[in-house]
Amino acid sequence: MSALTFTLKHRPDQRVDMSPLVPHLLENLEPVQIAALELQTGKRKVRVDELFTISGSDTQAIIIKNSFAKLDFIGKELQGGSIKVEGDAGAYLGFGIKSGEIVVDGDVGLYAGCEMKKGFIKITGNAGDFLGGALPGNKMGMKGGTILVKGNVGERAGDHMRRGNILIEGNAGDYCGSRMTAGTIAVMGQTGRFLGYAMRRGTLLLWNQPQLSASFNDCGAHTLAFLPILFASFKKLNSKFADASVAFNRVQRYAGDMSEIGRGEVLVKLG
Amino acid sequence: MIINGVTIDATFAEAFPMKATRAIITAQNEKWAMISAQAMTGFATSVIACGCEAGIERVLDPSETPDGRPGVSIMIFAMGGKGLAKQLETRAGQCVLTSPTSALFAGIDGGTRIALGKNLRYFGDGFQVAKLIDGKRYWRIPVMDGEFLTEATTGQVEAVGGGNFLVLAESQPQALAACEAAIEEMRKIPNVIMPFPGGVVRSGSKVGSKYKSLGASTNDAFCPTLKGATKTDLSPEIESVMEIVIDGLTKEDIDKAMRVGIQAVCDLGAANGIKRISAGNYGGKLGPFHFHLQEIMA
Repeated sequence: MSALTFTLKHRPDQRVDMSPLVPHLLENLEPVQIAALELQTGKRKVRVDELFTISGSDTQAIIIKNSFAKLDFIGKELQGGSIKVEGDAGAYLGFGIKSGEIVVDGDVGLYAGCEMKKGFIKITGNAGDFLGGALPGNKMGMKGGTILVKGNVGERAGDHMRRGNILIEGNAGDYCGSRMTAGTIAVMGQTGRFLGYAMRRGTLLLWNQPQLSASFNDCGAHTLAFLPILFASFKKLNSKFADASVAFNRVQRYAGDMSEIGRGEVLVKLG
Repeated sequence: MIINGVTIDATFAEAFPMKATRAIITAQNEKWAMISAQAMTGFATSVIACGCEAGIERVLDPSETPDGRPGVSIMIFAMGGKGLAKQLETRAGQCVLTSPTSALFAGIDGGTRIALGKNLRYFGDGFQVAKLIDGKRYWRIPVMDGEFLTEATTGQVEAVGGGNFLVLAESQPQALAACEAAIEEMRKIPNVIMPFPGGVVRSGSKVGSKYKSLGASTNDAFCPTLKGATKTDLSPEIESVMEIVIDGLTKEDIDKAMRVGIQAVCDLGAANGIKRISAGNYGGKLGPFHFHLQEIMA
């Protein structure tokens, strides 16, 4: 069985809600039924086959070809299976994903992995603001799973994050880890201003010295036993994070945000 | 059955179902991992008065441990799950948490999950940090030498306790030498511990006593100084008897350990004063696991 493939015929002017095209909703549908599904775009609904050429039949492995930045909600609440996006993806990629895997070849928009529960999201390009964050007004961002970004991420990555890992090979924008409740964000590149703003708990693991707010206090240099175990868990990833030469266990530890409960930490690689 | 001049009695050891768990202690070096492991498995020879039976299973190479440091694998056996969980927790708290550079990990992935460091985290007084890595929860507890890292839970499984055999020799040094040889071989078998001091017990017991307050008392039938004073099980030339007790995860594990142990004793043979191998049982009425010596050595 070959992967169920949706190839975009033309780029619509309005944004498209892709949330119906997930493995668990397509599982028992015939190809004609899938073709007849309706997708919301702007203020109207269009049939799937009006926007996409459909081929393949394995609903548990979906490929979206010719994707571009206006295809929103790809993999919404995914419950197993995989989605591969060839091209860019819009906002809310993997919104509330419960399990399974989403891989994007290009860039993604705002709120990727927003309120994610479990599973794995890999973004080869860059990600927009609020990666793994919470919807505005909500208190719980990402609650589990792993997001791997090979490029850079926008502002507020991991906003209100509760658990899980966000791994960023590139740079992170301002307010990275803001209002974090727990979890781990690792950034190999540079970080912006207001790092860990109002974070309560959680770990920001950095390869480069950040510009820290006055509300983060230096706790000194330490060798931490959990780091080798954390890095070992990255070994299965196809990423720089899997490379043993990037791993470390000697860090400068900063505790914060002291304007909040101050149980969070920024760990910066030493040596 | 006679092996190298040693008579193997047509009897059996009788063992009981127990609950067991395993934990892995690592440290900066093997010396400190072993110190912590010895403390954690101390005063745990018999459930009769210790609450559990515990022992060191083996030394682990850094490549075998979760954090890549030298480690020691320990096992704890108890009659019930609650008792086991309590023993594990108090021992981990007093003997591993306190031990310099130590870290503590689960040694059994499956089974019923019981608390390893789950409750020790409160020692962190709010400064403790949880990390969920690859589906396993760890606690980082700030302590004076840095951070104590412990896995939250470990597995509890059904197990077998009380496998045993008796070494009957012409002298005390010969009995001990034979037991030492047996223990050396038995320690190579995985999933078993020999909980008594050095793996050997010289005060085997029988059920009951003339004193009402005691549930167990000396096994007078195997006491050489009582040969003429009680209904003895010893022939005149036997001057010393020692016992090796084995707890294991399965009956097969204990079978294996008994086989290599008895073989090591028999290798010394009659020429070294070893006359008989026997075993302790209660007539087969109490324990569901029977280890027939002659079947094991067949």
